[in-house]
Amino acid sequence: MKLFRIRGGVHPEERKEATAQRPIEAVPLPALLRIPLQQHIGAPAEPVVRMGERVLKGQLLANSQGMISAPVHAPTSGRIVRIGGYTAPHPSGLPVRTITLEPDGKDQWIGLEGVDDPFALEPEAISARVAAAGIVGMGGATFPAAVKLNLRRRYRLRLLVINGAECEPYLTCDDRLMQEQAAEVVDGIRIMAHALGVTRALVAIEDNKPRAQEAMRMACQGDPVVSVAGVPTRYPMGSEKHLVQALTGLETPARGLTADIGVVVHNAATAFAVHEAIRFGKPLLERVVTVSGGAVRTPRNLRTLLGTPVEHLLKLCGGTTAEPERLLSGGPMMGQVLPSVRVPVVKGCNGILALTPDEVRSERAMPCIRCASCVGACPCGLVPLEMAAYIRAGDLEGAARFGLADCIACGSCSYVCPSRIPLVQYFNHAKGEVAARERARVKQEETRRLAAQKSERLERMAQAKREALARRKAEMAARKQAEAEARA
Amino acid sequence: MKNPIPHPGPHAHAGNTVRRTMVLVMPALLPATVYGVLLFGWPALYLLLVTVASALVAEAVSLRIAGRPVMPFVTDGSALLTGWLLALTLPPWAPWWIGVAGAIIAIVPAKQVFGGIGQNPFNPAMVARVALLISFPLEMTTFVAPQPLWSGQGPGLLAALDVTFGSGGSLDAVSSATVLGHVKTELGRGVALDAAQAGTWGAGALALGGVAGSLGETSALLILAGGLFLLVRRVISWHIPVAMLATLALLAAVAHGLAPDRFAGAGHHLLAGATLLGAFFIATDLVTSPVTRRGQIIYGAGCGLLVFVIRTWAGYPEGMAFAVMLMNSMTPLIDHYLRPRIYGRDRRGEPLVVADAAGRASHD
Repeated sequence: MKLFRIRGGVHPEERKEATAQRPIEAVPLPALLRIPLQQHIGAPAEPVVRMGERVLKGQLLANSQGMISAPVHAPTSGRIVRIGGYTAPHPSGLPVRTITLEPDGKDQWIGLEGVDDPFALEPEAISARVAAAGIVGMGGATFPAAVKLNLRRRYRLRLLVINGAECEPYLTCDDRLMQEQAAEVVDGIRIMAHALGVTRALVAIEDNKPRAQEAMRMACQGDPVVSVAGVPTRYPMGSEKHLVQALTGLETPARGLTADIGVVVHNAATAFAVHEAIRFGKPLLERVVTVSGGAVRTPRNLRTLLGTPVEHLLKLCGGTTAEPERLLSGGPMMGQVLPSVRVPVVKGCNGILALTPDEVRSERAMPCIRCASCVGACPCGLVPLEMAAYIRAGDLEGAARFGLADCIACGSCSYVCPSRIPLVQYFNHAKGEVAARERARVKQEETRRLAAQKSERLERMAQAKREALARRKAEMAARKQAEAEARA
Repeated sequence: MKNPIPHPGPHAHAGNTVRRTMVLVMPALLPATVYGVLLFGWPALYLLLVTVASALVAEAVSLRIAGRPVMPFVTDGSALLTGWLLALTLPPWAPWWIGVAGAIIAIVPAKQVFGGIGQNPFNPAMVARVALLISFPLEMTTFVAPQPLWSGQGPGLLAALDVTFGSGGSLDAVSSATVLGHVKTELGRGVALDAAQAGTWGAGALALGGVAGSLGETSALLILAGGLFLLVRRVISWHIPVAMLATLALLAAVAHGLAPDRFAGAGHHLLAGATLLGAFFIATDLVTSPVTRRGQIIYGAGCGLLVFVIRTWAGYPEGMAFAVMLMNSMTPLIDHYLRPRIYGRDRRGEPLVVADAAGRASHD
């Protein structure tokens, strides 16, 4: 298959060998499961269970709210012991509303209803089931999957791309999943292609995963819809827009979606979840998590119930050999720092990494020497050093002119910067600031509009009053005159 | 966990540092430097040490006065490199105060006044060289004929101290014109090129470098070897040196072809003077050159053009420092007009328009 070149990118040390050969293993039930009500982009789910209630595995715990949202389900049977704030798996460490489930050890399923022939279903029925199963983008973006399956309503689609690139170092969960459950993943892909109304689906897998490529090729051999495409091992190949460009040569317009050029991208793990949801009616209760990093004694790939504390997984991997310098959810390029080992695994968590100081290689920032490494590494054609200079000078408009809004925060620039300037931090900060200013501006305009309306209203009322007064005066005068005339 | 504070990531790094970037240039400079010292004797070594030491002291003092941390910056290798490069462009028997003055000019007004490393618009070593050339034309154009250490002709360890730190000795006995200087003078007197070049050295001698000239620029081969090392280790990219050398060679070849009597050929321009040192070590200075590949090609071509113009028509036989500084001043302009195209946008920055029939379906 012909591939197209993408701009920039970096090739970080892969470090996948620690877990690439480890089959996916099951995780014994932890003492408590913590299920945050917001495990996706969009509105948090609303609980439909009460404290003390006994629930069955797969039972709905909280329902989605609004268009972009996803429900959560009980990962096992047990009792709801708490509904309230709990530290989120997010760098802020702020609490989010969380349901705490105490497993009863019986792992007793609620009744499930699968579909024998998904291809006889209407596309709407498939996306409704995917929505009900609480499936979100499992590559880490956590966008509700059903919303993306409905894109055919507004866009003319022709290609489904399955992101199995897994370009982040350390992570091998998608690699293992595609090797071990290739048939199931391909089934999920075919169901999604049917829902999207496309006749072609491409599974993109980086060339450093030959076994996954091979397994997936075998699984879709002779399939008229699904085929496998090897893509170069280059970060950020997993970026949706860049992956589509590498496969089709088409560039997604700025501020647009890949759907604008007729392509929808879903993650390989999402495809597996769709297979389970449609064939067996299983909601999203678990996912494969790579637990790795230099500080982990025995790195592993673990099939983990959502809500399992990170602590529990680390213990299963023999604990940490030394105090980790940094604990991450996700890969080292775009992963987020976890505030504590007590936070739970959520739907978008593809890796738990405990990194040593040597792996993190943090050093104090030095001044920019204009070496232009960042310019060469940026996959989006930005000039990070200029953007950072503008932001440091407080000139956000300047940074915006250089394409701040087009930055995908992939971190390639920071990765290569010899001065160790935290470029991504600058850009995230500036994007937040621009958004805040925009909100303030909209609010101010609204206030001004309301104030104008109010003064107009007051003016109208005053005018009406004056008119009424004048009328009364005129009437009075008329009456007086009439009286006078009558008297005369 | 040691570090629970939010850290933005990425949580991995390619491992490069500013110091490593600077330090990698040093082995590349070493062959030409060692050769220069061997060729011109102990005075050359003394001058090199004086210049480098002065640059480091000037850097430390400036940082202290500016209230910035001295340690990480004075040891980042940039001041050392500036002093080293400057020394390579000086006449090897120049008195100590030339080295000191040059180092101070390079570090204080040309670099630290602008805010230190990364902030200077002009290459510090070239600013210093130009300032010295204008201020002390005599000292800056007095070159010695090679006095190789192995020949035993030159001053000894102690006698050399007098050359660098003392009265300067009797230079008249050994002074010699550079190739570029000699040819320029002769051409100026109306002598035809062939006759002018008759008294100088051929391409072979220029390549090997046993000729009069600045401390580190006489051996074209050794400088080229250092430059290739930088290319292989990816400290520099090929764009600036190739664009510069190609432009210079092309212009020289065309001019020589049109008027062989008045214009020296490509080989002469490429091998003599500071051409190669400039192309690989000076013009490629990260701080003062453009950041995009296309920009670097234009910048390199501009340097080549200016070197040719200055050497051919201006008052100086050598034009590298002027050419590089003039192009330094164009760097912001080049960077402004030659930005990369942003993903998903056209060259003007407008979002791309979806060309084919796919995409947004009509809402009917």
